[in-house]
Amino acid sequence: MPEQDVAESAPQVVSAFLEQRREQIAQRWADAPLFRWVFTVSRDEAVEACKLVVDALSEVAVSGRLEDVATAGFAPVRDQLGRMAQTRARAGSTPAQIAGEVAGLRGPVIELLRAEFTDPDTPHAQECVLALTLLMGTLRLVVMETALDANADLIERQRQQLLEVATPVIKLWEGTVAVPLIGTLDSARSQIVMESLLEAIVDQRARYAILDITGVPTVDSLVAQHLMKTVAAARLMGAECIVSGIRPAIAQTIVQLGIDLGSVLTRASLADALAYALSRQGIEVSRADAGASAR
Amino acid sequence: MSQPLPGQSAQVPVLALGDVLLVSLQGELHDGMAEQLQHDISSRISASEVTGVVIDISGVDIVDSFLGRVLAEIASTAALLAARTVLAGMRPAVAITLVELGLTLPGLVTALDVDRALELLSQGGT
Repeated sequence: MPEQDVAESAPQVVSAFLEQRREQIAQRWADAPLFRWVFTVSRDEAVEACKLVVDALSEVAVSGRLEDVATAGFAPVRDQLGRMAQTRARAGSTPAQIAGEVAGLRGPVIELLRAEFTDPDTPHAQECVLALTLLMGTLRLVVMETALDANADLIERQRQQLLEVATPVIKLWEGTVAVPLIGTLDSARSQIVMESLLEAIVDQRARYAILDITGVPTVDSLVAQHLMKTVAAARLMGAECIVSGIRPAIAQTIVQLGIDLGSVLTRASLADALAYALSRQGIEVSRADAGASAR
Repeated sequence: MSQPLPGQSAQVPVLALGDVLLVSLQGELHDGMAEQLQHDISSRISASEVTGVVIDISGVDIVDSFLGRVLAEIASTAALLAARTVLAGMRPAVAITLVELGLTLPGLVTALDVDRALELLSQGGT
């Protein structure tokens, strides 16, 4: 610090100031949009939350690492800041708006700090203001970082859930299993589909496996390749695989892309595929006398 | 014909079940064993009234391109001698690996297990 001769260094002044004016800052911040919108129920709660943040900032200032986002001083409030940012995001705020709201906390606290000095234009005072500004900038980064982390976690969790949920293998009939595929088929999903289908073929001793792609929005060469792999793997296990539910638009795309699905048995709908599997097994479904369908 | 290594059986047993030959592969198949097996099967088919060959690979952990070729060769040889070959008991993991490698064993008839394979052979047709 160039102004070492003046009693204390800027971060220490900032830290001492934050500690002394804790109450005042918290009161001012509780009225700022960020806290007011998050803690709608009770203002006291907002003040308490503000105090925690002020304490954390003061600690960071003592450590002197004003620009270090990962510093330990922020650890106690990371959770809370993340939750606040999430609440705002859920209410429809864009990340830029949230960042703006956090930046809005800077005004009141800078004002208070300037009021501390008899002459706020001395180099030392300027330096302290600069240090506090830096600190507030870092706080903004921490808020954004925690918010993004939480979102990344959420996305990962949902992706995992989707994988688990979206690939059930259904036993349609004795010796016939079906997989209704829903959503885009990527490598990871087709791998899971293949594994669960083969397991089901073994468990159910299935002779026929139906892949229904009614719920697959688009079929490109990669998806077709995945389908063909699954069909080939089922064949190796001794089961015949039928692909059903190819919509007209998709059929046209497949032809236009020049994908050869000639080696794959296809049927228009899941019902047609089931009818084929039944007839191949010598099972006949007919109407009972009364008109109700029977086995 | 290569000498079998010590501690390793030189031959894969070929069992006759009526007019069907049953071969159960276990573990790895070495060059010498494969050659011996192909020879055994073809001579057995021509010697007796064999109409079908069932190759059980439920005890095989890894099917590579070599084994894939051996199986295809056995099937083609048997077809020349008017016997049908069915590959039975492939494990899911093996099937996935084969498909990922692009070895889909075209021309080989497959069945879930030996039971199904025998059923398939007794039905006739394809």
